[in-house]
Amino acid sequence: MNLTLKVWRQAGPESEGSMQTIEAEGISEDASFLEMLDVVNERIVEEGGDPIHFDHDCREGICGACSLTINGVPHSKQQGITTCQLHMRKFRDGDTIWIEPFRARAFPVMKDLMVDRSSFDRIIAAGGYIDVRTGSAVDANSVPIPKEDADSAFDSAACIGCGACVAACKNASAMLFVGAKASHLNKLPQGQVQKDERVLGMVRQMDAEGFGNCTNQYECEAVCPKEISADVIGKLNRDYVAATVKEAVK
Amino acid sequence: MSNSQSAENGTLDSAIPAGPLPEKWTKFKSKAPLINPANKRKYKVIVVGSGLAGGSAAATLSELGYQVKCFCYQDSPRRAHSIAAQGGINAAKNYQNDGDSVWRLFYDTIKGGDFRSREANVHRLAEVSTNIIDQCVAQGVPFAREYGGLLDNRSFGGAQVSRTFYARGQTGQQLLIGCYQALEKEIAKGGVEMFTRTEMQDVVVVDGHAKGIVVRDLVTGEISSHAADCVILATGGYGNVFFLSTNAMGCNVMAAFQATKRGAYFANPCYTQIHPTCIPVSGDYQSKLTLMSESLRNDGRIWVPKSKEDAAAIREGRKTAADVAEDDRDYYLERKYPSFGNLAPRDIASRSAKEACDDGRGVAKTGLGVFLDFRDAINRLGEDTIRARYGNLFQMYEKITGDDPYSVPMKIYPAVHYTMGGLWVDYNLMSNLKGLHVLGEANFSDHGANRLGASALMQGLADGYFVIPSTLPVYLAKETPGKVTQDSPEFAEAEKAVKDRIDKLMSVKGTKSVDSFHRELGLLVWDKCGMSRTKEGLEEALKRIDEIRKDFWENVRIPGSADGINMELEKAARVADFIDFAEVMCYDALDREESCGGHFREEYQFTEADEEVQSGFTNPGEAKRRDREYCYVAAWENNGPGVAPTLHKEHLEFENVELAVRSYK
Ligand SMILES: Cc1cc2nc3c(=O)[nH]c(=O)nc-3n(C[C@H](O)[C@H](O)[C@H](O)COP(=O)(O)OP(=O)(O)OC[C@H]3O[C@@H](n4cnc5c(N)ncnc54)[C@H](O)[C@@H]3O)c2cc1C
Ligand code: FES
Repeated sequence: MNLTLKVWRQAGPESEGSMQTIEAEGISEDASFLEMLDVVNERIVEEGGDPIHFDHDCREGICGACSLTINGVPHSKQQGITTCQLHMRKFRDGDTIWIEPFRARAFPVMKDLMVDRSSFDRIIAAGGYIDVRTGSAVDANSVPIPKEDADSAFDSAACIGCGACVAACKNASAMLFVGAKASHLNKLPQGQVQKDERVLGMVRQMDAEGFGNCTNQYECEAVCPKEISADVIGKLNRDYVAATVKEAVK
Repeated sequence: MSNSQSAENGTLDSAIPAGPLPEKWTKFKSKAPLINPANKRKYKVIVVGSGLAGGSAAATLSELGYQVKCFCYQDSPRRAHSIAAQGGINAAKNYQNDGDSVWRLFYDTIKGGDFRSREANVHRLAEVSTNIIDQCVAQGVPFAREYGGLLDNRSFGGAQVSRTFYARGQTGQQLLIGCYQALEKEIAKGGVEMFTRTEMQDVVVVDGHAKGIVVRDLVTGEISSHAADCVILATGGYGNVFFLSTNAMGCNVMAAFQATKRGAYFANPCYTQIHPTCIPVSGDYQSKLTLMSESLRNDGRIWVPKSKEDAAAIREGRKTAADVAEDDRDYYLERKYPSFGNLAPRDIASRSAKEACDDGRGVAKTGLGVFLDFRDAINRLGEDTIRARYGNLFQMYEKITGDDPYSVPMKIYPAVHYTMGGLWVDYNLMSNLKGLHVLGEANFSDHGANRLGASALMQGLADGYFVIPSTLPVYLAKETPGKVTQDSPEFAEAEKAVKDRIDKLMSVKGTKSVDSFHRELGLLVWDKCGMSRTKEGLEEALKRIDEIRKDFWENVRIPGSADGINMELEKAARVADFIDFAEVMCYDALDREESCGGHFREEYQFTEADEEVQSGFTNPGEAKRRDREYCYVAAWENNGPGVAPTLHKEHLEFENVELAVRSYK
């Protein structure tokens, strides 16, 4: 199939970017979206140009590296997948495809379609963990955890940290990401001790990084490749209020 | 011979503690040197890699008080390739009360490795396996649970007990997130300084000891170096030498291979694992291969048509699987291995698929693919049961191929998945290059010639959480902290060497893309040093590798500049190392004139003339080990590109298990 790509090109963080039109010819419909870009890039290189830069690694939908906004939607309008899991058979011969980075104030563009998402790491460092020194753990079966709770913690833990939720939100809010981490750890008995400091730490870091506020648009939930429910945001809000009250009383 | 402790007779000292096998680790720990907390703070440790092995090591060493610097090439430590592991992690917990024990896990792993691994290391692995699960649960890893709230287990290949812990199909992801969170916690506390998007390009050796690394900042292109009291590599496996594999796109051999240029030995590079159930290659645009869980073989039946005509008709779209009558199908695993059937071990199932396709009976468009058919299982159990068991896998398959496995059989083909070979290390996980320690898939130590499922995650975390914290002081206690600084001339020299290499790459200015070379190399080693190998094939590969190398350094084109983000340059540096590394791999395969585990030399297989075949114990065509001649670890000293490496042997002593022929009939 032949396609017309409209691709965001930007030489570096300080440069002005713009959309470039690139023809992608002779693409197999069995190729993945990123393989289509590989083919295009190989041609660009052979013709002496600068290939389109984008983040990717596992190409299996689990590492969270790939991060393209395709026709205006992070990871494309197909539900429940990452960019690397999108296949060309979802397009038609002759289509024009718009490809942009995940845009958000807290995700500055580095080059072309690559953005800096290190703010997510700093949010985790601000409390997204259970503090347990290696070697100090008790036997794994000493605290039974109801299957329901374990499953629910898992649903939140499925987050791959890709940032699609932020890119989809008109406020560039990171509440789904932070809520998912808080729900994962706060749901488990092991996570109770540090629940308050976790929530306060992560939310404050999120604000410091320049993410916006949540105004219940639910765009995040719609694009999340792991289909994490926006319910985690409500839980986060409740936990946060409780923690601030306790903090004030202290 | 450089920087090595290897004795003149070519044998290596594995530093295995004395005493009976089950007591070695305990005794070691009670006698190993300790460093007092006030002094630990003075030691700097470099950890390259943030996967399960590197991440767990960095976090734990920081908790202990060392000053740690950790490096990864991704934009976040959470994206290391460990994230992609699906199936599970083994541990000898015996929660199922089904007779498991440390000894059994040890024995299964030794046998699974076809008796080519070190008893003492494997036993230690089995011992600490139980601590790993405790640690991960305490961190909040949401392992699967039973209704009573206790942990659930499943069984995996090569074992008769249920000892695999899992978190849906995302075990690696959940373990890595636990590990990443521990790492971020230490970063916040200031114990670990993290360098993301930073690639190690060289080891700095001062007076025969690894004392630092040279890195390239992948964002600015800046080359700089870091000094430390020791260096730990946890940089993963080299499966991408084959171009197509189930590994992530960035997986590479650079760190380990550069270390060999500085004197570290590379052990058993020819031991590579080919996984039988992957989605076949569909075209030359393909960038990677996707694993389909081994569990599918519980209900799926593997077959190809008996006749080449039927197979050709299917390839050309003139017939479908349904058009091939039952009598015209060859369920070849069931035919050849009646008692194991479709659950034959990985190496055997892979080779049989290759044989069928080489015979012209492959069913994918490319000729390389066999059917994995659920028709009978669906008829027997109903579609709902199959959906409950494999729903997510079927969905994943459909997403990638566009075919619906409920109505047409899946097509699968073997793909490179894991590499058992790696840098040689002793019991303390230290390489022959003093001060250089190697963990996880990057070392060679625990899986012999074949790794069992769910054992790599176990090994990575064992190495990082529990082994290296105890063994590192063996080296460090003898070193004065801060003895070497970046002012040593070796640092400037190494930086210059790295810059020169990059300049050289940039100045080729040829016409061919990096990927075109990688693809060519990959196809060659897949063909000659993949599922089966011959002397002639390997010799030819060695010649061709030399040609590819020449062509690469004359004709590769890297656009842009080295002073910023340049993914083509990153790939080029990795491919340059893969080319040189492939050579060592082929030399190793050539040297090992036997078949064992993932290494199958066509010249060494059972035939009708063998007693074992006549007695019905094994089939003709099965791998034939030669224990008397080859019961050793082959550790290769790098002599430069195009020059044969020098072999150093570590003889494997089996004091606790008896070497036996593996039979799966
Ligand atoms: C699809 C798939 C499924 C699997 N499923 C299972 C399973 O179910 N059970 C099981 O036990 N095993 C499984 N494995 C194997 C297992 O996942 C790996 O062997 C293991 O995770 C490797 O961990 P590691 O820490 O050694 O390396 P990795 O996780 O690969 O980490 C390597 C790290 O090194 C860094 N790095 C590499 N080179 C450099 C450099 N030059 N400079 C700086 N940093 C560098 C990377 O950035 C990364 O952080 C699977 C493997 C695959 C491919
Ligand atoms: S590349 Fe890993 S999720 Fe897409």
